[in-house]
Amino acid sequence: MLDDIPQEEYLLKGNTACAGCGAMLALRYILKAAGQNTIIVNPACCSTVCQGTYPKTAYGVPVLNIAFAAAAAAADGIASARRNKGKNIIVFAGDGGTVDIGIQALSGAIERNANILYICYDNEAYSNTGMQKSGSTPYGAITTTTPTGRKDSKKDIDLIIMAHRPKYMASASAAYPKDLYEKVRKALTIEGTKFIHVLCPCPSGWRYSTEKTVELGRLAVRCGMWFLYEYEDGKVKLNAPTKAALKRPAPLADYVRPQGRFKGVNLERLQKEVDEEMDRIRALAGIENAKEASE
Amino acid sequence: MKKMATGNQAAALAVKESNVEVVAAYPITPQTEVVETIASLVETGKMNASYIRVESEHSALAACIGASASGARAFTATSSHGLLYMHEMIHWAAGARLPIVMANINRAIGPAWNIWADHSDSLSQRDTGWMQFYAATVQEVYDTILMSYRLAEKVCLPAMVCLDGFILSHAIQPLDVTPSGDFIPPISLPHALDTKNPMSYGNLTGPNDYFKFRRMIHDAMKRADKECREVEREFAERFGRKYGPVMEYRTDDADTIIVGMGTMAREAEVAVDLLRKEGLKVGSMRVRQFRPFPRLGLEGKKVVALDRDCSYGAGGILAQEIRFHHDVPVYNIIAGIGGQDVRYEVIAELVRKARPEGEFWLGVD
Repeated sequence: MLDDIPQEEYLLKGNTACAGCGAMLALRYILKAAGQNTIIVNPACCSTVCQGTYPKTAYGVPVLNIAFAAAAAAADGIASARRNKGKNIIVFAGDGGTVDIGIQALSGAIERNANILYICYDNEAYSNTGMQKSGSTPYGAITTTTPTGRKDSKKDIDLIIMAHRPKYMASASAAYPKDLYEKVRKALTIEGTKFIHVLCPCPSGWRYSTEKTVELGRLAVRCGMWFLYEYEDGKVKLNAPTKAALKRPAPLADYVRPQGRFKGVNLERLQKEVDEEMDRIRALAGIENAKEASE
Repeated sequence: MKKMATGNQAAALAVKESNVEVVAAYPITPQTEVVETIASLVETGKMNASYIRVESEHSALAACIGASASGARAFTATSSHGLLYMHEMIHWAAGARLPIVMANINRAIGPAWNIWADHSDSLSQRDTGWMQFYAATVQEVYDTILMSYRLAEKVCLPAMVCLDGFILSHAIQPLDVTPSGDFIPPISLPHALDTKNPMSYGNLTGPNDYFKFRRMIHDAMKRADKECREVEREFAERFGRKYGPVMEYRTDDADTIIVGMGTMAREAEVAVDLLRKEGLKVGSMRVRQFRPFPRLGLEGKKVVALDRDCSYGAGGILAQEIRFHHDVPVYNIIAGIGGQDVRYEVIAELVRKARPEGEFWLGVD
């Protein structure tokens, strides 16, 4: 199934990521999809650290590291220089740099239809600084700034992005690398702003043992905590794993139990949120999809 | 070609003449005319550049940084709060050694709201690694931007060209827009992002390397002082207009020197003429190049420093620079803040009453 994915590696060995890092798993496939003709823009986030320390770098493509709030604008600056026509300009930004501090620059870039691919790798907290609450932290999750669990709910960046009507938008998961690879490939054929939101489990922040990254990434989709879909021409198209999950979701407890961050969560309230989100995504995908899902 | 232009228009025309590839800007009074003029030049096909209408000044400079890091020539313009909003990226541009040129239209900072001339905005960016030049005529705005691109790309440091809000930005004066020819060669950045030779810029750096990079900025700034003389010499040969780090006026036999920046220092030249008629041996020095700070040759002189700014609790910033670099007593006049009208008669009167040392706030003391 992974046969057509290139052998070339642009995320090199010896990078300084944590063991089991979902973001680096995602980045590995994103770079395989994008290839050599790519410039990465990194705001402050885990991946600035994962590159390793000067004079070495673990990325096989050029990288411009930039201030936290500036990634989308800096990428637009690169894309706007005629000399960079035909190059893949990709922002690789964490959830904090996307849904919180970087949202203004991102909003501006989509509005201008900047010719960039913006990827938000979402580990649902400020993981680089040691796991503080971000706008993307889900209800009930323990972080160092929500030590008894977050009391309010995750900001839905996807709906905010969709309101900008970008050329292409997708959600993906590090646990579905082939799907992610294909979405990146597709996005890079489209002129204008593309946005891909990738769930990237984080063993140290979510407090689970490192070998469970893929398992938890898949469970997030199966229990309806994360959806896989694409938004194109004003329409939402659900991908197969999410269609299946909407039909028969896995028990939420299977996803929540192995994670230390959900210790003491009110599972009933979380389930209520998940149910509401599932209804919302059904509505977004259109009534036909909702019927398909319940058939 | 001679024409009439405002300081803002001169800035825009110099950007066109410098073959800038990417312009990113957000409007703010009194800078707006710069970005409006550039937008019009780009949209009517008179200027071959990408113009990015960003949503904030932070993004304006971030976009310039992206463009410049990929090897393109970039420009932005701002003023006052816009410059302050850019502050983080101001550091980033210099730290990344990107030769971006910016026009800053000097304006006061709130509260209270005040849109008039004041040097507090650009001087608050003094220690960021940007070269800073202060123009006093429309022609000088144009010429300084041309020279800044040459210089910035030689030493890999960004440059800020400052002009007083309204007094210069909106004043109409004659402007010679002779084509620059090959005075500014095609840009070639040694560390441009290159997909064929991938490098990471701005990633984690240990203390020792980081320390070395900081020293390199300091060394480049010192080198810029020498390189700038070379650029000015070549500019004078080609275009016949001579500039230096300091524009001296009737200083040869002067025992008292008025030192200032921007339009207030031009006004001081008229005050010098008035005082000379009274038999007073007064001259003036207008500091054009504030960073790197030049040697002024003030030894043995009585110095009157005119500041359109204040570092609260310490006094005028220009006065402090003079005291740091020269062992001379300085009488510091703080005037013109927030666009306060400072005419040459007033400057002359202040010089007549000047004590050897001390501080005086016009209209307050």
